[in-house]
Order: sequence, then structure tokens, then C-alpha cells
Amino acid sequence: MKRWGLWFLGLVAVIVVAAAAFFFLPHRLDAVASPGPAAGPDLIARGEYVAQAADCAACHSVPGGKPFAGGLPFTLGFGTIYAPNITPDKETGIGTWSDAEFVRAMRHGVGKAGEDLYPAFPYAAYALMSDEDILAVKAYLSSLTPVRAQAPANDLKFPFNQRYLMRAWKLLFLPGERMTPDPSHPPEWNRGAYLVEALGHCGECHTPRNALFALDQERKFAGAEAAGWKAYNISSDKQTGIGDWTDRQLTDYLSKGHAEGRGSASGSMAEVVDHSLRHLTPEDIRAMVAYLRTVPPQTSDLAAAINPNPPAAKAPSPYAPPPDENTRETVGLKLFQGACASCHGWNGEGLQHSHAGLAGSQSVNDPKGTNALNVILHGARMDTPDGEVFMPGFAAGYTDVEIAAVTNYVLGHFGGKQAAVSPADVAAARR
Amino acid sequence: MITLNVNGETHRVDVPPDMPLLWVLRDVVGLNGTKFGCGIAQCGACTVHLDGKPVRSCILPVASVGARAVTTVEAVGQSPSGKKIQEAWLALEVVQCGYCQSGQVMSAAALLARNPNPSDADIDAAMAGNICRCGTYSRIRAAIKQASQA
Amino acid sequence: MDKPTYARVDGATLSPSTRRRFLQGGALLIAFAAMGRRKAWAAGEEPSLRMLGAGDADKDGAAFQGFAPGGFIRIGRDNSITLIVPSVEMGQGIYTGEAMLIAEELEVGLDQVQVVPAPPNEELYQQPLLKSQSTGGSTSIRGAWVPLRQAGAAARQMLIGAAAAQWGVDPAECAAQRAIITHRPTGRTATYGEVVDGASRLPVPKDPPLKDPRDFKLIGRSVRRVETPSKVNGTAVFGIDVQVPGMKVATVTACPVFGGKVASVDDRAARAVPGVRDVVRIDNAVAVVGDHFWAARKGLEALDITWDYGPNAGTSSNGIWADLKARSETGQPVQARRDGDVDGAMKAASKRVEAVYQLPFLAHATMEPINTTVHVRPDACEIWVGTQVPTAAQGLAAKEAGLPVEKVILHNHLLGGGFGRRLEADSIGQAVAIAKQVDYPVKIIWTREEDIRRDIFRPAYYDRIAAGLGPDGLPTVWTDRVTGGSVMGHYFPGGLEQGKLDDDAVEGAKETPYRFPAVQVDWVRADPPVPITWWRGVGPTHNVFVVESFMDELAHAAGKDPVDYRRALLQHNPRSLAVLNLAVEKAGWGNPLPGGSGRGVSLHDSFGSHVAVVIEAAVDPAGLIGLKRIVAAIDCGLAINPDSVKAQLEGGILFGLSAALYSGITFAGGRVEQSNFHDYRNLRINETPPIEVHVVQSAEGPGGVGETGTVSAAPALGNAIFAATGKRLRSLPFRREELRSQGSGRDVLSKGPAGREPADNDLTRLARTGE
Ligand code: FES
Ligand code: FES
Repeated sequence: MKRWGLWFLGLVAVIVVAAAAFFFLPHRLDAVASPGPAAGPDLIARGEYVAQAADCAACHSVPGGKPFAGGLPFTLGFGTIYAPNITPDKETGIGTWSDAEFVRAMRHGVGKAGEDLYPAFPYAAYALMSDEDILAVKAYLSSLTPVRAQAPANDLKFPFNQRYLMRAWKLLFLPGERMTPDPSHPPEWNRGAYLVEALGHCGECHTPRNALFALDQERKFAGAEAAGWKAYNISSDKQTGIGDWTDRQLTDYLSKGHAEGRGSASGSMAEVVDHSLRHLTPEDIRAMVAYLRTVPPQTSDLAAAINPNPPAAKAPSPYAPPPDENTRETVGLKLFQGACASCHGWNGEGLQHSHAGLAGSQSVNDPKGTNALNVILHGARMDTPDGEVFMPGFAAGYTDVEIAAVTNYVLGHFGGKQAAVSPADVAAARR
Repeated sequence: MITLNVNGETHRVDVPPDMPLLWVLRDVVGLNGTKFGCGIAQCGACTVHLDGKPVRSCILPVASVGARAVTTVEAVGQSPSGKKIQEAWLALEVVQCGYCQSGQVMSAAALLARNPNPSDADIDAAMAGNICRCGTYSRIRAAIKQASQA
Repeated sequence: MDKPTYARVDGATLSPSTRRRFLQGGALLIAFAAMGRRKAWAAGEEPSLRMLGAGDADKDGAAFQGFAPGGFIRIGRDNSITLIVPSVEMGQGIYTGEAMLIAEELEVGLDQVQVVPAPPNEELYQQPLLKSQSTGGSTSIRGAWVPLRQAGAAARQMLIGAAAAQWGVDPAECAAQRAIITHRPTGRTATYGEVVDGASRLPVPKDPPLKDPRDFKLIGRSVRRVETPSKVNGTAVFGIDVQVPGMKVATVTACPVFGGKVASVDDRAARAVPGVRDVVRIDNAVAVVGDHFWAARKGLEALDITWDYGPNAGTSSNGIWADLKARSETGQPVQARRDGDVDGAMKAASKRVEAVYQLPFLAHATMEPINTTVHVRPDACEIWVGTQVPTAAQGLAAKEAGLPVEKVILHNHLLGGGFGRRLEADSIGQAVAIAKQVDYPVKIIWTREEDIRRDIFRPAYYDRIAAGLGPDGLPTVWTDRVTGGSVMGHYFPGGLEQGKLDDDAVEGAKETPYRFPAVQVDWVRADPPVPITWWRGVGPTHNVFVVESFMDELAHAAGKDPVDYRRALLQHNPRSLAVLNLAVEKAGWGNPLPGGSGRGVSLHDSFGSHVAVVIEAAVDPAGLIGLKRIVAAIDCGLAINPDSVKAQLEGGILFGLSAALYSGITFAGGRVEQSNFHDYRNLRINETPPIEVHVVQSAEGPGGVGETGTVSAAPALGNAIFAATGKRLRSLPFRREELRSQGSGRDVLSKGPAGREPADNDLTRLARTGE
């Protein structure tokens, strides 16, 4: 008995010590090789491109604020964390970081002082990046004008404010090594995989998460919901994914944020296009398409499959509703007539700008109307080669009932869906 | 250089491609009948016709106009529906301050061209995108009706 | 000196007694007087004939040699007749109305004249009721009624006199019609143009006899408005349409917080925008000048401005409301009226009713955004704009440009809506401050966002009203405490002394159509930290909402029909009683309505007119308000152009309904939260019900019309909502959410037909959730 007790005590002690060591021993700082290409304008230019492909600006800037100066809040179920300033300001930015520290942050999620970083910073994806690319990004960031801006302190509930717990998470979910080309696929595919998985970190939004907030790689790209928006299924499933999209549609959507017959990106995806994808070379976009095509199909909500023949298809032109529709006096229809029809048109083709085209878009085919509701409430904007396109948000001028009504109308008219967005849904989505 | 066909005349304009047609018409071509009201496609004051179809010129990039014929309020009276609308507008004294009325006339003329006999519901649907702060709506409805019978 | 006077009416106010005196002419009125030809117009000051799209005809003015007996009429040798109207046209039809007054007595047809707006000139065009050259407060026709007819009559008398002298006959044997003078015994005729030289030499008669109203040919008939054709074919020139050779276009952003200033500007990116010419900084704003508006706007977006927000950075609507409430309860009121034994009657009342009403800040959102075109030269400043206050604008511009006022030439244009916004010259001062930093003419256009955020707002009000009812249910005592900022204090140079009454704050509350045995009305001044000004309907718009909503509350408390209840209080006021009776009769008051529908009435005497409006509305359980029908009756005395009266009522009511349903400016962090028509919403045609307006035939002197409908709208709708739902909404804009039958919770799936959004009854269920 006693022996067992001692044994047990010993075991506990070992576990405690091991755990303490695991959780609290300082992180190592690996030496890094100096970057491949010589420092200088070329490196900075490469870094800028990689930073765009990795969409750093989206999280490290606040709308209307200085790029990379941080401060964007991430509201999670258990508190709020703020993206830090990554301009080369010495006090509030990364002006004093060494190359090794920067690489460690990107690859291991460790801050300058050795603290563990929260995986809202997608280091699980960036860990796949090459050292060269990481250091090019650093060279680019260092070339920027420093901005003095202290990001607000995180505000997290216990135990989530205990950073060391991230070590357990990393142990489970952080890839051990960077990406190596798969010789069974052509270089284009491998480039695409690198862009999609490492830089683009598409899975962060499009792959469902497990109970521990890690990506459920079994269901890769099956679609997920985050921060009140839906990232739709981008696996190769024909009905609910992108399997049916033409190459042209995929290319357009990625590079312009809009594809004929598929609608336009909005919300976070519009930001991704704006900050990141539209800056990529056509070759890189093609590579991403090549890779995405090979992601195994995952089925998601069948009700959200695109309806190829919604009432909008019966509209005689963008300028007139289907004749039978006009005789019905519903609130949603009336609101659409006043505030929406002059851009979106009645047949879904989009009037002044093709980006206003709604035909075939996943947003208007999702009977829950998650993204449609968000866009109606909060608006949308994107830069395109033809200038800025935007939609104002209607939250302030319209009641929950009205927003629900017009959302349901839009989903019915353009998606043929029996939607039931309720005023309570609207209230929740107002945030 | 962008080539535009406005009211039957060809204009060559040296402007940025993303410049909305509204400002090309007003500040470059010198046609001031088309009005600026909101700049976000919510009021209709800037409505012009592209090949006879009503569009909001405040958000229409000039580069996307292409070869389509632009008609503004200055020339809409040359079309049968535009003429009828303008006459009805005068007969029923629709106008108050008048600032929205270029857009109202353009939307109404396009409606009448497409639908010579619009019902009240058709009128409301086609005209709901045009705001009038002076509140001329009931006369607009009546004038379109009258024009449809002319 | 022959001082030309449009009209000087001392002590003329809107009170009925003064108005009567004024209308009778008499000693107080000095009608227009002679002035030497050309003398009154300084160089460049001629009324611009271009305003109506008539082409570049000013040169004609400079060389004008015909007959100009005062400020309002010019007749050329070629028989061209120009009527110069003192008020500005902003949709109310005043060019036509005032031209009718002159033309009636001058004996010309409106088809024979050209109507042009007056240039800035206080001496010639001071409006007698406003005591400045201004257009506002629904005073134009009342101010012009006598003097403009006298101007026409005097000119006619001179023209006839000249013809008679030429023919050597008795002027009494001559008559004029359609600009032709006939000697009745001989049938000889002469056109006005033929006798202008002779007429110019005659003295201007002091007190020309006016026509008997029974002989009116124009006045009282619905005539086509003079400027309308230009407004349907695109040739009308609003301020924003002015083109000046060499002109550039600018747009501007002022500090988003009122009272804030520019700390620094980084304009490198803005200057790199193609087409951008200049970046101009003033104290509290930065403007970008470009070859066209688009370049300017792109440039403005590219500016990196650091603001010094100043003391108002913390201003919020919640704070303002809390302050208004506190001041209403504990502040020092200024008494506007106290009649009878208020305290005693309140104690003795068999029932006491009281309520609090809240009205929001409002923006004007004129359809034409704020704009000004300015050319500042070393020795002069030329301005093209549409303003309700040309002389005030001129004065402000002179100050800003550092020039004597006569060096400021202001061309006034058609206004794409005024609503009180263009009683302010702030934007004109700003434009001059910008333009004086460049050496070319510049047209400054505010974006709609700037127009709404930098508006000068209708103040918010917090009003506490109470009444004691006697055994018959009728009020024995009535008290109304208005709390809000002082518009007069903001508007008039030197402000309003603390402790003085701002008449505007209590207009419509102090005098109601009703008679009460005891009344107390007072006002607590609570100036907000944001600028405030007039808004269509001025004082009555806010006060009548409170008075007329509360009148319904009293009727309800007394268990009486709201119309009968009002009738009982109107026995001394036959004109109001008559419009009330007319409106309810036409509206079918009392006829049964479907469930969820109701009729509401409102009544007021404002601007010298009496107006009753009945609105029929349906409220469904989802809280949606459907406007079904509007019936209005107005007694505005003699209606100069009855169709214009109707149009003003129609438009005024819809303007008021837009505000009642949707409008309210709110502040957070010192900034206005609204910006454009998506969040400062406006009624649309598909929400607009049929409207009918009944104009009472009246021989009384004309009253004001332009603002009356706006005053009626909100209370009539609020009362209709109460009739439909039993819910009394006491703050504006109406919180439609409060009309939802039940709270929310459970989502209900729609059972609409396939491919359709839920029908309204489904929506209703969605809204009701939990049932
Ligand atoms: S200005 Fe284009 S719709 Fe308002
Ligand atoms: S007439 Fe003034 S806005 Fe329509």
C-alpha cells in the first residue's frame, strides 16, 4: 500500500515537473539562416507579395486605420484579443525583433518575450512557410514607415488568459515541419497547395473546427461559420462546393471577387480579395485553382445548393420584376423596390456593376441567409480594376422586421429559397 | 481617351476609367441636367438611360458604358415616351424644387417605354428608387398615368 | 432721398391683429417708392436673367434703358417685361405666386413676362415680416401681398398716364390689359413698350388704388408655374449647375466633431491623384480641388488628416437626452404665457393627465447637396449659389474675403430644396475661405455624407405637458413646458440673452387653436453642444406634435371622440372649426375601418393659416406602419395659386411623415451617426398613399402655406397609430419596434409558397414569435 502510494506520489511529482517544464520552460530560439536572396529592394518586393498572399494586412489593420498598425479586435466566445502592431516601430511594433524571433513567431506561435501566442494568429498555417518567405515578409515590414500605435491589451476570461495553455494546443495541432513538394503532383499544383494551405490559410475559415478550436482536417474545406459569417464549402463537391464552377468562374472569383453566375464575395472574403487575392499573379491564381480542384468533396447543407431557376430567372429584364410578383404587396418586395432594385436589378444580373449581380450566389441560396443578412445590415465594399464597388449597410435605417422581410425576399427571389430569417436573427446579427 | 455617345453626339473624354458617368456628364461634357443627390444609388437623381434603360450614373464607371447610347434629361424629350412624360409633368404641375425631377422624368420615361400601360403597382416598383424630398410622389403617379393615356 | 422700400412694416409680427393692420395697408406701410433708373443696381448686381436657363442675358440688364419703377418691374422699349421677385424659389412656387401679385395689378399675363430672382439688396428687397432679405417661415406671400400689388398698380398707373399724356386724353378713360393700353372712347391702343420713356418721367404714385378682388384675373386661379418647364427638360440652373469659365471643382471635409480643428494634414497621396490641383486647408476643414468632382473626391479620400477634436469629442445622444431631462425638471424656465389660476385649477381638477414627449435632432437633407461657387479676385468676390438669405450670405462672404460688402457680387439661383438649411450661410463662408486661397473660380460641392454630418440641425426637445380635466372631461387647465435649444440664440448675431424668451421655441405651444380656462406655457433653455437652426415648420413642427398628440390623450382620458373633443374647445375659432369639420367629413371620420387600422387627426393655426389633416394608417402585428390615405383641409385665406397651395400641403405632409417615421440625427463620440439616404431614410413613392387637399374658399388675407403640412403630419400619424393599436408613441421618429405585438425568441419557419419569401402574415408570425 505504502509502496503504491509512494509510487503514485512519485508519478505525480514527475508529471507535475514534466508539465511545468512543458508549460513554463522558456521557448528555444533557433538560429536562422540569412535569407536566400540578398536583402534589398528585390527582397522587399518579394516580401510585399508574400505578405499580400498571406493577407497580413487584413488582421493587422483596422478599417480606415494605418496598414499593419494593429488594433483589430477579435471577439471570441471567451473574450477579445487584439491584433498587434507589426510596423517597425520600436516600442509598439516589431522594430526590435530579430530574424530568429520573427521566424519563431511565424512558425511556433511565440512572441518576442517568449510568450505563447493565440492561434487567432494562424501560425498553424504559416508554420508551413519557407524561411525565405518568412524573412522576406520581415524585410518588407521593416521597410514600412513605423507607426506608433499600442494595440489594446487582450481581454480574456480565465483560463483562456493563461497563455501557457497554448502549448498543449500546439502540441496537438501545430505541424512539425514546413511544406515539401509532393512529387506525385506537378509544380503548379504544389505551388497552389502552398498558396492555399500555408500563405492563404484558407482552411482557417473554410474548414470546420473541432471542440478544441482546431481545424477538423477530416472535413477539409467543408465550410464553417465564424464571427457571424459563413465561409462556404470550397471542396470539390458538385452540389454544395465548387465542383461545378468553371475554371473561369473560380479564377474570376478569386482575382476579382465576382464571378458571372456565382455572385460576389462579401464580408471577410471580400477583404481577402481586396487585400490579398487580387494582387496575386494570374499564374498563382491558376495554381490555387488547380489545387482546390483536388480537394476531396465534402457535402454540406444540401438545402443551400444553388437553385438554377429562382423567380428572378422569370424577370423580363433587370429593370422589371416578373409580372406576377408586382401585384403582391409584401414588405420585403417594397423595400427591395426602393433601396435595392436599382443596383441589383430584378433578374440578378447587377446593374451599374456586375458585382451587384446576385444570380447563383451562395449567399442568396443559403436558406439561413447568414451572409445575405450580414451584407444587408453592414454593407460591403471591394476595390476592383473598375474602381471601388460598395453597398451601404442598412442597419441603422430599417427595423429588425424590415431587414428580415427584405432578406427573406432576396433569398426567395434570387435563390428560390423558403427562407425564414426572423427579426430575432436580425437583432442577433446587428452585433 | 474614352469615347462616349451622349444624346446622339460623340464625345471623347480624357478621364479616369473608374470615374462615374455622372461626373463625366456634368463636369466634362457640360450637361448639368443630370443631378447628384447621394452618390450611392439610393436616390435616383442621377438617372440616365443607356440604350433606353435607366441606370444610376453616380456609380456607373464611365469605362463600362462602351458603345451604348447615353440619353440624358436634356434629350429624353426626343423619344415618344420622354415627350409624353414631360408633357404630363407640366400638365399636372408635378414639380416643386425640381432637383429630383430629372431623375424622376428619366425613370418614368424608361418605364413608359417598356410598359405603355403601367398599373399603380408597376409605377411604384419602377419609381421607388427615386427619392423626392419635396414629396411630389402622388403627382408623379398621376402624371405617369396621364402620360400612358396620351 | 427717394428711398426705395419694398415694405417697411414696423412691429409686424405674425399675430392676427398686426396682420390685419398690415393687410389694411394704412399708416404703418410705406409702399414701394421710386428710385432712379439703374441707380439701385451696383455693377454686376442686376438680377441675372440666366437663372431660368434663358441664356446669358445679363448684358441686356447692364444697358437697360426702359421703365423700372422700383425694384420689381422692368419694361423695355421692345415690350419685354421682367418681373423681379424678392423671394427665392425652392419648390414652393413663389416665383409664380409673387409674379402673380405684380402681374395682376400690372395687367400683364404670366406668359408675357420673364420672372427673375432679386439680387441681394436689403434696401430694395427687405422682406417686411422677416425684416431682412430672406425667404422662410412661410412668410413670403404675407409679406408681399400688399407691396407687390402696389408695385404693379403704380407701374400700370404710370404707363397709362404716359399713354394718356401722349394722346392728350384723360387717363380715367384708358384701361390696360395684357400690356396694351386702350383709350376706350377711341379704341386707340399702345403697348407698354411704346410708352416706357414717358412713364419713366412720371412720379411714382404713393398710394395707387388696388383692384377689387372680384376683378382678379390671375389671383385665386390655379396657373402653371413659371419655372417648371426648365425643371423637366434639364435646363434649370441650380446653384450646383453653375459653370464659370476656368472653374475647378472641390469637395471638402470638416472635422467630424463640431468645434474640432485640423491639427495636421498629410496630402502627399491626395496630390498624387490624377486631376487633383490643390489641397486647401482652413481652420476646421480640408478641401481638395480637382479638374472635376471625381478627382476632388478621390483626393479627399486619400488625405490623411489628423484632427484636434476639441471639447465635444465625448458628445453623445444619451448625454444630450439626460441633460434635457435634467434641465426640464430642475432648470429655470422662462415663462411664455400664464393665464388664469393654473395652480388652483390643477388642484381642483377631477382628473390629471400628464406626459413626456421627445423630439430628435433633424437634418434637412435637401435634395441638392450644399454647394457654392466662388471666385475671389484681389478686388472683388463673386459668388454663385442658391441661398434663402442672399444679403446675409453676401455680408458673411465680405467678412471672410476681407472686402467691402459692395465688392461681393452674389448671383442667387434656384434652390434644390431649402427647408431652412439655406437660411444658413456657413457653407458660403467656408467656400470663400477656401476660394481665397486659390486664384481661379472654384465650385465647392459637399458630398451627401458631408451634407448630413455637417448640417445645422433642428434641435431636440424634451417636453412635459399636463392638463387637469373638469367633470365634463374638458381641460380646465393646461401646462406645457418645452425644453430645448434656442434657435433664435443661434441664428441672430449677438444671440439671445439668457432669461429671454425664444418665441420660436414656444410657437405652436403658446397659442393653440383651443381655449383653456387656465394655461401656462414655459420654456427651459438647454442649448446643445451642436449647432441648431430652423427646419421646415419651425416652432410649430415640434410643438404641435406635442399639443395635438396630447389633445388626443385627453380625449381618450375623457372617453370622448377626438374630433368631438376638439370641437368643444373651438367654439371661439370658426376658421379652425371649419377646416376640422371639412377634413373629417371628407375623410369619412367615424366610418368603420378594418382591424389594425385607425384614423388620426391633427389641427393647428400656424403661419396665418388653419390646417386639419386626417391620416388613415394600418399597423400590423409586426409593427409595420402602412399609410392608407391622407385628407387635408386648409384655410389659408385667399389662395393666390390654389394648385400650389395643394402641392405644398401634399409635399409638406410627406416631408413631415418622412421625419416622423424615419428621421433622427444621433451623436456618438461627438460625431453624427447618419450619413446618407440609407441611414437617414426618406419616404418613397411605394409607401405614399393617396392624398387629397381641400382648400377653403376664403376672402381673408393670405396666410403662409409652405410649412403647414409638415406641422400636421407627425401628430396626425401618431394619433392614427393610437387609434389602430391603442399604443401612444410619444417620441419621434416613431419607434416602430414598440408596435410589435410580442417580444422575440423562437424562429418560425415560413410556409410561403415555394420559392417565395414569407407573405406578410408569415412575417407577422415571425415577428410575434412565441405565439
Ligand atoms: S446620385 Fe445616383 S442615385 Fe443618388
Ligand atoms: S421636387 Fe424637390 S426633391 Fe423632388
